[in-house]
Amino acid sequence: MAIDMLGKRVKRVEDQRLISGAGRYVDDIKLQSMAHCAILRSPYAHALIRGIDTSKARLMPGVLDVMIGADIPYNPLPMAWPAGGSAGLRNNVNTPRALATDSVKWTGEGVAAVIAETPEQALDALEAIVVGYDPLPAVVDAEKATLAGAPQLHENAPNNIVFEWAVGDKAGTAAAVDAADVVVRQRLVNQRLIPNPMETRGDIGLYNPGTDEYTIWMSSQTPHIQRLLLAAFVMGVPEHKIRCISPDVGGAFGTKIFTYADYPIVLLASKRLGGRPVKWIEGRRENYQATIHGRDHITYLEVAGKRDGEVTAIRVKTFANLGGRLSTIGPGIPTTLYARVLSGCYRIPHVYAEVVGVYTNTVFVDAYRGAGRPEATYVIERAMDLFANEIGMDRAEVRRRNFIAPEGFPYENPSGLGTASGGAKIYIDSGNYEPAMDKALEMAGYAGIEKAKAAARARGKYLGIGQSSYLEVCGVAPSKWIGAVGEGWGAAMWESANIKVHLTGKVVITMGTQPQGQGHETTYAQIIGHELGIPMEDIVVQHSDTQGTPFGYGSYGSRTSSVGSTAAIKAAAKIREKARRYAAHMLEASVEDIEVEGANYFVKGSPEVKKTFQEIAFALDLAFDAPEGMEPYLDETAYYDTPNCTWPFGTHVALVEVDEATGQVELVRYVAVDDVGNKINPMIVDGQLHGGIVQGVGQALWEGAVYSDDGQLLSGSMLDYAIPRASWLPTLELDETVTPSPVNPLGVKGVGEAGAIASTAAVANAVNDALKPFGVKHLDMPLTPQVVWKAMQSTKGAQA
Amino acid sequence: MVAHVSLTVNGKPREVDVEPRRLLVQLLREDLDLTGTHVGCDTSQCGACTVHVDGKAVKSCTMLAVQADGTTVTTIEGMATAEGLHPLQAAFWEHHGLQCGFCTPGMIMAAADLLARTTEPTDAEIRHAIEGNFCRCTGYQNIVTAIRAAAVVMRTGVAAPSGAVQGGM
Ligand code: FES
Ligand code: FES
Repeated sequence: MAIDMLGKRVKRVEDQRLISGAGRYVDDIKLQSMAHCAILRSPYAHALIRGIDTSKARLMPGVLDVMIGADIPYNPLPMAWPAGGSAGLRNNVNTPRALATDSVKWTGEGVAAVIAETPEQALDALEAIVVGYDPLPAVVDAEKATLAGAPQLHENAPNNIVFEWAVGDKAGTAAAVDAADVVVRQRLVNQRLIPNPMETRGDIGLYNPGTDEYTIWMSSQTPHIQRLLLAAFVMGVPEHKIRCISPDVGGAFGTKIFTYADYPIVLLASKRLGGRPVKWIEGRRENYQATIHGRDHITYLEVAGKRDGEVTAIRVKTFANLGGRLSTIGPGIPTTLYARVLSGCYRIPHVYAEVVGVYTNTVFVDAYRGAGRPEATYVIERAMDLFANEIGMDRAEVRRRNFIAPEGFPYENPSGLGTASGGAKIYIDSGNYEPAMDKALEMAGYAGIEKAKAAARARGKYLGIGQSSYLEVCGVAPSKWIGAVGEGWGAAMWESANIKVHLTGKVVITMGTQPQGQGHETTYAQIIGHELGIPMEDIVVQHSDTQGTPFGYGSYGSRTSSVGSTAAIKAAAKIREKARRYAAHMLEASVEDIEVEGANYFVKGSPEVKKTFQEIAFALDLAFDAPEGMEPYLDETAYYDTPNCTWPFGTHVALVEVDEATGQVELVRYVAVDDVGNKINPMIVDGQLHGGIVQGVGQALWEGAVYSDDGQLLSGSMLDYAIPRASWLPTLELDETVTPSPVNPLGVKGVGEAGAIASTAAVANAVNDALKPFGVKHLDMPLTPQVVWKAMQSTKGAQA
Repeated sequence: MVAHVSLTVNGKPREVDVEPRRLLVQLLREDLDLTGTHVGCDTSQCGACTVHVDGKAVKSCTMLAVQADGTTVTTIEGMATAEGLHPLQAAFWEHHGLQCGFCTPGMIMAAADLLARTTEPTDAEIRHAIEGNFCRCTGYQNIVTAIRAAAVVMRTGVAAPSGAVQGGM
């Protein structure tokens, strides 16, 4: 009998190759006669292109081809998620071309591409291309870009406005704000981040002149969607003539969801070379200018309520910087994925949000780990602290008084998650917020915090504590809701799985999802081993290649464990059912009398009269004795469209110490209590939380993409952008509560983004708490020594 | 112009003709097909390219191939022996010290350098030793755990149980 691995800390299957240097990332792939591509990028943030002279570059050693925008017949890249959901809403859409033609909108926008025998020759030749630019004034700040007199980026977008979108009850919220005992107002900046997966992007294009087919190897989270978008919107090539392969992906965090200009460039380049493969690998500095950034909101917050701690209304106006042209789902992030979950885990009766999407002369902004939900969590969790401080109530107590009660589910929040015509609904289906908060506070020593603060003072440190009680939304769905409200990809959100059982009893699972380090090859094998009663070592998990895998929407938005796993379970159920029918035939019993236990199929009441799964697979594959009407072979595909999202939650608590002399912030302890439902592999869950938490801590304390006023990216390399290092961090302390999700059979929710969603607010709240003795109410992130020290100096010194 | 480089890589003598501007990491990846050593940046920050040159951890993107002439280089591909995985490789696996795996080869090489110098490192020493190696996936926690565990194995020959179970391969 196979050991059931579901729910266990199983060592990952994929690690064998990754710890041995045998992983295969795009840049590790070498094809016969491969040529190399390099892309010339604009040094100006905003300019008209007068002309491009490539004649010298063409004569450089090894150069095979040079392309400019005019050489590329393809359409502009698609934008698949306009801000939606209300009548008459207008999106003023401008998306990137493969290469800019008449103007550039940010430093780093691609202008020309060189194809050469070696990468070095391609880079050398870039320097020989002469581009005539007429520089224009630039604007990088989303709020300033909407003001009169600001430089204008696009003719169809007056005042640089992409859209003005609103959700919630405007009048009701206004009345609640007016009637409140207390209203706290604060401007909050959620700074721009550079996601920094350790593997940059890259691709290899290969055109087959014999079949007129295109293959692209890409470091992507969404090979199927890329095939669809490239075919339907960019290249005008039928979908079945494109094949997308995503090999090992070295981290992604959202950045590798999208359609990028280099895809059509390498494919066209290969065609122009008669079918030689063409590789493009993004440099790190290039990654900072060619791959999406995240966050970048300016929010005017009003939080209103009663002196007894009840929050009665939240109203925000948010300027969301979307960059110089729109990335694939850029507008969807600050609308649906942000404003619709703004009230988090609180029962706030009135919520109203206005979001202005704005063009600026910066890199496009799109989904970065958490995508909208970290921004929402930051707003609501700062709001809770600001409100508590204003009314002089304990910050945890204010949260406690406003939590949706455990008996308050299903809960439809007032910013409109539940509403859709046609009966499709999204609502918060379950939760139990207090136990997670209590556990986290207890672990963090919240009760004794005043004593600890005094002790820290004696050492020249200001101790601060901050919490973040977050609500996450995983696996945004169902397709029906997305279709009804006009929000989402403009595409469905189901997932697929195929299971094949070979004659020898070995099993191949083929998934439409696409890992980037999450260990899918392990977790799906755990699940299917459990479902079919077979050992994990008899299972192999495949994905990542549009040829031979069922269509799938890929992996992002923490959707794999809830949506993908359920598709896999459905496929396994079909396999089991067919095996059961065949077992009945073999055992000369009726199907109803066959019971299944693990891999054993036996006649009810007589477990000794049995056939094993492997025996059944063998016989059914041979089909020497198949009954009339039964197809040979065990091969089943299932598609799963989840009826609702899943709703992880939890409380994270950060303790920081601020150095009196330098303003240096040290994260001294970090406690996280998360409820992600049941766990397929707790070791992998912990790993996802660790990584997410540290990314969020990075935003609170160190990270930030900085542009000069004229649009130069000052944090333009890893030298200038502060990625968290091992020595800056304490050991994270994790614990859990478990409230299984009611929407899927495993009771799982998803965990890819929870850490990043929760941690930024917890740490920011802690630093602001530490600075309370200085009269500080709010400081914007990143809370670097410079920011903190300045704030400490601007007051007369600590009052405590 | 072509320069000739003779070096020993993972125990094998190698002779390579390179352009003078070729970096050691390019020699390893492009000329010798040792693609386990990765490139994560262009400013010598990330450490994904860390290898051992004459026994010391070096970021192979900071060294010209010609500077490696006459040296002995070990890459991640040279860490396992006939007896099996290096204790660091085994510990990274056992303790989930990797997710996407892109930083992992460099991380293991940096850690091996530490453990050659210090047999009983504290967590602070471990965190300091891998300061020049970025990992964006793991938050470093399980990497630190893995290095600590590998140190114990290398010192005592015994691995402490982690609670993880072996799945299929
Ligand atoms: S490639 Fe980043 S340090 Fe060498
Ligand atoms: S495991 Fe992905 S960067 Fe470290």
